[in-house]
Amino acid sequence: MTAALATTALSVRFGAFQAVRDVSLSVRAGARHALIGPNGAGKTTLVHALTGSVKPAAGRILIAGEEATGRSEAQRVHMGLARTFQINQLFRNLTVLDNVLLAVLERNRRTAVFWRSVRNDRAALDEARSCLAFVNLLALAERPVAALPYGSQRLLEIAIALAARPRVLVLDEPAAGVPAAESAAIFERIHALPASLTVVFIEHDMGLVFRFAERITVLVAGQILTEGTPAEISADPRVREVYLGRRGDHAA
Amino acid sequence: MSSLVAVLVDGVAYGMLLFLSAVGLSVTLGLMRFINLAHGAFAMVGAYLAVVVVAAGLPFLLALPLVFVVVGAFGIAIERTAIRHLYRRSALEQVLFSIGLAFALGALANLIFGPQQQAIQTPAWLTGRVALAGLDITSYRLFLIAMGAATAIALIYLFEHTLFGARIRAAVDNRRAAEGIGIQVERLFALTFGLGAALAGLGGALSVEMLGLDPAFALKYLTMLLMVVAIGGAGSIEGSLLAALGLGTIDALFKYLLPEAGGFVIFGLLVAVLLVKPAGLKGRAA
Amino acid sequence: MSALNPASHGGLSKPALPFSPVTPLIFAALIASYFLFPNHLALATQILVLMIFALSYDLLQGHAGIVSLGHAVFLGLGAYGSAILARWGFTDPLLGLAAGASISALVALVLSPIVVRGSDFTRLLVTLGVASLIHEAANRMRDLTGGADGLADFEVAPLLGLFAFDFEGRTAFLYALTVFALVYAALWRVTTSPFGLALRGIRENSRRMPAIGSPVARHLAVSYLLSGAIAGVGGALLAQTSRFASLDMLGFERSAEIVMVVTLGGTGHIAGVSIGAAAFGLVKDALSTVSPRYWQLGLGVVLMASVFLARGGIGGLIERFGRFGRRA
Repeated sequence: MTAALATTALSVRFGAFQAVRDVSLSVRAGARHALIGPNGAGKTTLVHALTGSVKPAAGRILIAGEEATGRSEAQRVHMGLARTFQINQLFRNLTVLDNVLLAVLERNRRTAVFWRSVRNDRAALDEARSCLAFVNLLALAERPVAALPYGSQRLLEIAIALAARPRVLVLDEPAAGVPAAESAAIFERIHALPASLTVVFIEHDMGLVFRFAERITVLVAGQILTEGTPAEISADPRVREVYLGRRGDHAA
Repeated sequence: MSSLVAVLVDGVAYGMLLFLSAVGLSVTLGLMRFINLAHGAFAMVGAYLAVVVVAAGLPFLLALPLVFVVVGAFGIAIERTAIRHLYRRSALEQVLFSIGLAFALGALANLIFGPQQQAIQTPAWLTGRVALAGLDITSYRLFLIAMGAATAIALIYLFEHTLFGARIRAAVDNRRAAEGIGIQVERLFALTFGLGAALAGLGGALSVEMLGLDPAFALKYLTMLLMVVAIGGAGSIEGSLLAALGLGTIDALFKYLLPEAGGFVIFGLLVAVLLVKPAGLKGRAA
Repeated sequence: MSALNPASHGGLSKPALPFSPVTPLIFAALIASYFLFPNHLALATQILVLMIFALSYDLLQGHAGIVSLGHAVFLGLGAYGSAILARWGFTDPLLGLAAGASISALVALVLSPIVVRGSDFTRLLVTLGVASLIHEAANRMRDLTGGADGLADFEVAPLLGLFAFDFEGRTAFLYALTVFALVYAALWRVTTSPFGLALRGIRENSRRMPAIGSPVARHLAVSYLLSGAIAGVGGALLAQTSRFASLDMLGFERSAEIVMVVTLGGTGHIAGVSIGAAAFGLVKDALSTVSPRYWQLGLGVVLMASVFLARGGIGGLIERFGRFGRRA
């Protein structure tokens, strides 16, 4: 079966520094796949390379078996790969609804329309509302994003990505900066995503990783150290050494 | 053949004027990320000042350092009072302020000196002609080339081999790190801005004899100055020199060989360079 | 940019007010000027053209976030386009408007790949360089453009075959007013459309846009094209109502002027920009007949001061009053 998302020998360089080195990754369709590793392991850079905001120096990226390596970030979204950001990337002066509506319209390729009111697109509005309903933000739909509590902004990040109707969703620390009580609620929503959707996520909280991931890839210094089920990873002494042993560093 | 060489000399002399007037613009753009559309106005201020002091009896060669110092001080004064507040503002706001300054200075020149062309009295030894290797060349052109070359060498020395230059390069490269190691970036900015203005003033003073001077001067040559920066790459002295010399010679050559092409070649060149290398020939990648 | 933008605070999400409450006042004032100042209709018509030109540039700077120092190129091309067409015997004014819009849109289309890419600085340079290039071209093509003398020897047929352009400028004014109203409505429509929402998205967060699959460069190119076409309409209108097309219509001063007008009016605020353009046109006419030099000096000083004082321009003031009114 074709992997939902795959890389072969992917490398990213910034000048002399090699941030990602020979990463070959294969994510099964419908997987809940976690990327873990100490700070500076290259997790976010790998996500940037996957989604196309950083150009790899070498290697290939396939989305559902289709060549995506040379495609732009926007083209990859239309191939079914959407992402969220570790640091909120929202349209702060637009309302919550318009944030999601914009993503729906871009996916529909309806944003070329300049001769009709955006309010006339009932189908797009309904879809945007259903994305918001999924993350429990419908009640806040008409608020400007800047007025939203931080935890709700993290959920909006996810709602915007969902509006792209992805086949693969990449979540870069979806609960970053959120208090522990709320981060469980965010992961509960991620857990509720349709089983057909492939989810790749970066997360530092090992409790959440072991609860929600079915497979885990461990990155160290830009390379894959190992990959396996949560049971295999937690039993791996190398992982303990480089990562779990220093768990305290990442509690924040 | 000999007339072609004369045209080339003309072009190089013009290029040196462009270099003097533009190099400050390049450095302020590279260092402070400030888009100064009033840079041509600094050249104009220097030009009018030179005309006035020479008419008052000061020898031309003494007028040049005076212009350098006064326009430099003027630049520092404007940087300290207004421009330093604009470094973190949007490109649009920088453009608005600096265009406003250029308009105001141009209008002031018009109010004080009127719209007519100004002339400057240069010493006899600069108005003559020199026979050089069988060629008949205006000595003023040679003087310009010598001035430009000397300034370029001095600037390159200043930037590459002095502490001041090292500090500037450090601040261009990474402002925060430069501040971290104790470089007073604010003061550095003011001095650099003043130096750029002083050089523009000098360039303006030297331009009068060759290009003439009227209140439209500030905007007339702005496009050329911006082109030097665009092609040479912001923040690069060698780049500015090469771009200015290239533009000057190409302009002179085409005006001589193909007058009907006019300004086409130069502007076409700009668009072509920006298409191929948006950061300029020597510029750092954006 | 976006923090400065008064339009950011209003928002598409409040469709209760279809137009800014100031809109009826603008049109009431324009209609009233027809009856109150019958001897100054030529000036009023010129001001309407300036308002159209300002709205066209606002689409670019205020909504797409592209700063240009060469927007007058499209005004000038529109003016020359319709004037040349009229000299060839096609004197119908609406045909002239269409021609002005088409030629400007065509040139914008050709230029958009180089304008859309790059930083603000390269955009300023490219627009300035291209404007100089086209200015030089128009200057050289004397047979077509009349060179420095401009074009004045052309006729304009009666509007719709019914309303001749009279000596008092009544037809010209009403014609310009109608075109302005259409442009105003069109701009409002564009900015409240899905495309307008995408432009706001680009200004709000250009980094997120590609991550939701947005073709950012194409959006910017389309706005450049629309903006050029509207400026072309303004230029054609200018040539038809003044019976003149000249080099200064595509010169640098006009380009710089419109950047100021839009900024002083309040970028991204359609009503504010319209009022700003009208005020600018009136003050310019009043002062430049007294002393053009003091006008330039004053303009320069106001521009410098505006960067520090009048953030948001006239549009910002309208928004502030609007909020105050709602609270009261």
